[in-house]
Amino acid sequence: MNSIFEYFADIFHTVKSLLTGMKVTGRYFFSPGEIVTQQYPENRKTLKMYDRFKGEVIMPHNEHNEHRCTGCGICETACPNGSIEVLQAKIDMPDGKKKRIIDKHIYHLGMCTFCGLCIKSCPSDALAWGQEFEHAVFDRSKLNKTLNQPGSSIIKDIVE
Amino acid sequence: MKEVINLPVKNIEEEEYHINMGPQHPSTHGVLRLVVSLQGEIVKSLKPHCGYIHRGIEKMCEKDTYPQIIHLTDRMDYLSAHINNHAVCLLVENALEVEVPERVKYIRTIIDELNRIASHQLWWCSFGMDMGGLTCYFYGLRDREKILDIFEESFGSRLLHSYYTPGGLMMDIHPDFQKNVKAFIKYFRKKIKDYDDLLTGNMIMQLRTKGVGFLSKEDAISYGVTGPSGRASGFSCDVRKHHPYGVYDKVDFKEILGTKGDTFERYMMRMNEMHESMRIIEQLIDNIPAGDYTAKMKAVLKLPAGEYYQRVEASRGELGVYCISDGNKTPYRMKFRSPNFSNLSALDHISRGVKIADLVAIGGSLDYVIPDIDR
Repeated sequence: MNSIFEYFADIFHTVKSLLTGMKVTGRYFFSPGEIVTQQYPENRKTLKMYDRFKGEVIMPHNEHNEHRCTGCGICETACPNGSIEVLQAKIDMPDGKKKRIIDKHIYHLGMCTFCGLCIKSCPSDALAWGQEFEHAVFDRSKLNKTLNQPGSSIIKDIVE
Repeated sequence: MKEVINLPVKNIEEEEYHINMGPQHPSTHGVLRLVVSLQGEIVKSLKPHCGYIHRGIEKMCEKDTYPQIIHLTDRMDYLSAHINNHAVCLLVENALEVEVPERVKYIRTIIDELNRIASHQLWWCSFGMDMGGLTCYFYGLRDREKILDIFEESFGSRLLHSYYTPGGLMMDIHPDFQKNVKAFIKYFRKKIKDYDDLLTGNMIMQLRTKGVGFLSKEDAISYGVTGPSGRASGFSCDVRKHHPYGVYDKVDFKEILGTKGDTFERYMMRMNEMHESMRIIEQLIDNIPAGDYTAKMKAVLKLPAGEYYQRVEASRGELGVYCISDGNKTPYRMKFRSPNFSNLSALDHISRGVKIADLVAIGGSLDYVIPDIDR
């Protein structure tokens, strides 16, 4: 007699617990409230990432096509997996001395792990995070970027 | 005329046979291969095969400087990335005897606990999915998204942050951080009731987990099962209580201990830990002291020659970092005592004699992350 009672009590509790769960799902079904999903490719125009979002490493240039990079190469040594290469060039100064300036700042996006050590270690704040995140390309060589724009020069007031 | 071959008739019920569970199996949560020896439906023994996602992180550490090691530890247990970073940062700071600003300690403790909640939320939804309840997956991920949004606003990334550096933090927290965390705690206190209604109270789930996969306290200690899985067996192993780091010695929280040691107890440990984590955050979030977000550190960090060990409580158990330095800017040897590897070693012992379907539930309750096992 006792076991039969337990048997039906178990069935009752099971049905009750299932209905409790169904109440939760039913509540969300009939009153969805806040919709959390994003219609991503459709909302491209209005999509705004957070200011600190780590999309890619960029070198900001001002309106005169000038950047802040002195070509010291600290970012190259700070990078844990060699995704930055700084190529230097020498120019003759008016006073006869030779000065090292940056020739090319090459950034291998495909190797970058987005740790941010290059940006943190830069003494002249030449690098920053960009907001671009759609990095898919058809050819791997397109991921090797030159960060300083062609014909750009260093801002005058930066001291090495 | 065909020749008739008489094969010896075997008794199928007595015959043992092996099946491969994984490496591509949805309930192993990654590339883990379990060679299960079965008799009928009963698991006789089980052999885990690791190494499918071995990347040699410990070897890679030997060529990296100490600040560069941080980003590799993100990629071990990616669900508690901040806590892994914390272990290496503490090791370097203690070796160099650097006094970290109080603000950094507070922020690190809050973010560690947020990371723990996010990790347990993902565990809850994947555990529900292992048991056959797909709805849990959507509810768990919906709430985890709130934490990831806070992380993304403050540190710029959602999963692999590399936010801590030896001596402090990469940058200061976002001005909205405190407001957002308080809003999340208020939100999640309401939503965690849904978790209980949906899965904890569910009779089918309770019948499948209660009394299944028993691990005694003695076995938990001898296998080195730590974290919520070890505490479910009554093994008091919370590093936050026994060897406090950060500001854990200043906050009031309970170390939750279980008694039964079965799958349901391990489930309840994590549910209760989420409540405790929220309590810790509530005590700290309004009292973050002003100050610098990083201590003054040298440009090149060189640890004095010697051996160092540091442990922290990651969301799956005790994470230990062992380091031998020969005085250079890179470590001579780095070894991680990852919690998941020890927890996995007990799986064979736990799952002997259970049904193959319960093995999925036991694996879900141990909550292993494969990149942390293989490193």
